[in-house]
Amino acid sequence: MYRGRLNPREVVGEVVSKYGCDRGRLVQILQEIQKTFRYLPRESLEEVSEKLGVSLSEVLNVATFYHQFRLEPVGRYIIYVCFGTACYLRGASEVYEAIRRSAGLSNGRSTTEDGLLTVEKARCFGCCSLAPVAMVLSSDGSERYVHGKLTPQAGRRLVFNYRSKARE
Amino acid sequence: MLTQTSLNRILYGSRGFRIRVPISSCTLAAGAGEVYRKVIKVVEEHGVDAEVYRVGCTGLCFMDPWIELAREGLPPAIYGNVKTEQIEHIIKNYSEGDLSEATAVRFKTGSGGPPALEEVDFWRYQVRYVSRNCGLVDPESIYDYIETGGYLGLKKALYMKQEEVIEVIKTSGLRGRGGAGFPTWLKWKIAYEQKNDVKYVICNGDEGDPGAFMNRLLAESDPHRVLEGLIIAGYAVGATRGIIFVRAEKPLMADRLEKAVEDARKLGFLGKNILSSNFNFDVEVYRSAGAFVCGEETALIAAIEGRSRPRQRPPYPATHGLWGRPTVINNVETLAHVATIFQTGVEEFVKHGTEKSRGTKMFCVTGAVKRTGVYEVPIGTKIKTLVFDLAGGSIEGRKVKAVQIGGPSGGCIPAELMDLEMDYESLQSYGAIMGSGGLVVIDDSNCMVDVAKFFTSFTLAESCGKCLPCRVGMRHLSDLLERLTSGEASLEDIEVAQELGESIARSSLCALGGTAPNPILSTLRYFKDEYVEHVVNRRCPAKVCAKLVKYSVDPALCRGCTQCARVCQVGAISGSPGEVHRINYDICIKCGQCLIACPFGAIKKV
Repeated sequence: MYRGRLNPREVVGEVVSKYGCDRGRLVQILQEIQKTFRYLPRESLEEVSEKLGVSLSEVLNVATFYHQFRLEPVGRYIIYVCFGTACYLRGASEVYEAIRRSAGLSNGRSTTEDGLLTVEKARCFGCCSLAPVAMVLSSDGSERYVHGKLTPQAGRRLVFNYRSKARE
Repeated sequence: MLTQTSLNRILYGSRGFRIRVPISSCTLAAGAGEVYRKVIKVVEEHGVDAEVYRVGCTGLCFMDPWIELAREGLPPAIYGNVKTEQIEHIIKNYSEGDLSEATAVRFKTGSGGPPALEEVDFWRYQVRYVSRNCGLVDPESIYDYIETGGYLGLKKALYMKQEEVIEVIKTSGLRGRGGAGFPTWLKWKIAYEQKNDVKYVICNGDEGDPGAFMNRLLAESDPHRVLEGLIIAGYAVGATRGIIFVRAEKPLMADRLEKAVEDARKLGFLGKNILSSNFNFDVEVYRSAGAFVCGEETALIAAIEGRSRPRQRPPYPATHGLWGRPTVINNVETLAHVATIFQTGVEEFVKHGTEKSRGTKMFCVTGAVKRTGVYEVPIGTKIKTLVFDLAGGSIEGRKVKAVQIGGPSGGCIPAELMDLEMDYESLQSYGAIMGSGGLVVIDDSNCMVDVAKFFTSFTLAESCGKCLPCRVGMRHLSDLLERLTSGEASLEDIEVAQELGESIARSSLCALGGTAPNPILSTLRYFKDEYVEHVVNRRCPAKVCAKLVKYSVDPALCRGCTQCARVCQVGAISGSPGEVHRINYDICIKCGQCLIACPFGAIKKV
């Protein structure tokens, strides 16, 4: 469930009371917070640091170390372009570039200004037989699509389709 | 072992007609979900008395999605690359005894018709020991697993003393299937000998190598086999708690393992006094937030403790592991082997493999081959058997140049060495590693320097930053490769890359840094001429490195849509709408955007 208007500090309170003030549960606590907000808002990290009695830099250390965590809000659909070996050798970079360009992303940005799409590189999905592959997730996690055997042209179509879908 | 009665019950089900549809991450990606719904619809609409059955995946990715129809009196038939619109037709024809469209049948009952699995190349070179149930049973049914002899291994183990269990694994000669091939029994023995009232066993299901997914496939298709192995390991070392470490990015794998744990607990394979013995043991599935370094034992432990980053070894986890307690960490495939060894007996296991490395191993073959998939073969099988016989060799018109084995920690073996028998030692002596068993086939359309750059940028991004050789050294190697692929490097740089690579390997803290230079060192060893070509002639023979190729417009394909001219940042492309466009090489900065933008594939690298 997307609960965008919730107070990050309150949510942290709920999550921490579920797991207990256990430093060893830091990863799970962050996972749970991200489930609610789709990313880790700064205030929530500060609150985690206070509640668990761990320095903020240590919380950030864990939050930036793992791939799963993100510190910025995401678009309604996230397009993950697989950069596994098989996908790379079959032209994933060109597909990725084409997708970024047609989404209008530049200067290291990964989410479009209208907040509809996020484009990111991903590690192997293990769908190597369909290389190059992109996986599309809706930000609430309810939808998941895999597109295989992509070309730059197909990548551009992907952007067009999901942008219209996100506007619906 | 699987008796004929049990096999029949699993093949045909209680209604005598079962239609199997594989539901796993990879087959779902290829459209198995739609196929599953369609099969149910057809069966209902036409009143077919068949049971639509969810199974795991066989590993034959190239024919995804597939379905298998099995009715008593007919050979079970597998149909590959099924489209939803064919399903009605397939079910109708099969029911009438017409099997002509099947890709293969499980076994033959007469002559003629589609080939039996044991006759087709992608199957007959395999020895399906640990993957025997994949694609056959419902991974979410503990009863299916028990029907195939599941948990009999645990029962046998619990009748033995702990030392005897370790002795069985010692006799089998089983070595870790996740990387370095450390003898499994030795890890167990060290942990067993520790005097400590709390010990842990961990199943390492992190599987971060790009191009390796055998663990995911095994755990999604036959999760109880992995769990049974973990329980046996727990008993052998005297642990009270087991943890299955899985990436949150692989939700189906985690879900199926969690379901397996719940069901096993209900039937008394987990919990207090397991199978009326004195052994108490329980298991938890841990969903990791994902980082490549977590495949390394000490980093994996750190992750569970809520920290990150590896630490120096020794002390090894077998003496000082999770929360400072003795901890055994085994890979998914290793544990599945443990369960199978106890089910079949050691004799069955040692039939295959080499003197030093017994048994079989699952390999993922991907990249430039006809039949990508997961194949289980005896250790010591030649590379060419996997690449050419099982995976069908290169794609039409291409030539296999090398095989990358072992992911970012592995190396490239050139086509001339395809006769090499794959075992831990021989691969290492040729500059690669067995690793988790991912083989990526590279053909003449790929550049070896670019391949080295790809892996170097991967390990650089995954380096945790704790030790200097890996953190700074890999950055330098990455910059060097960037210069090489841009034609800005000198011959001396190649020597520097070699020396730097060797010192990173020697001085890094953990195995990530210790093996990170392998891709560059092995390509330097076998493909130095390609590096030299990039430096001396500023040319990329495979036409991959963007800055070393020229872009040109193929007049036959160009339709004058102006797309390329519009994306060109420097205005190097000219032409009016509807006319063939031209690239001015004096202005072109070789960014390659025009090639990506062209909807007609008219822009070529030359």
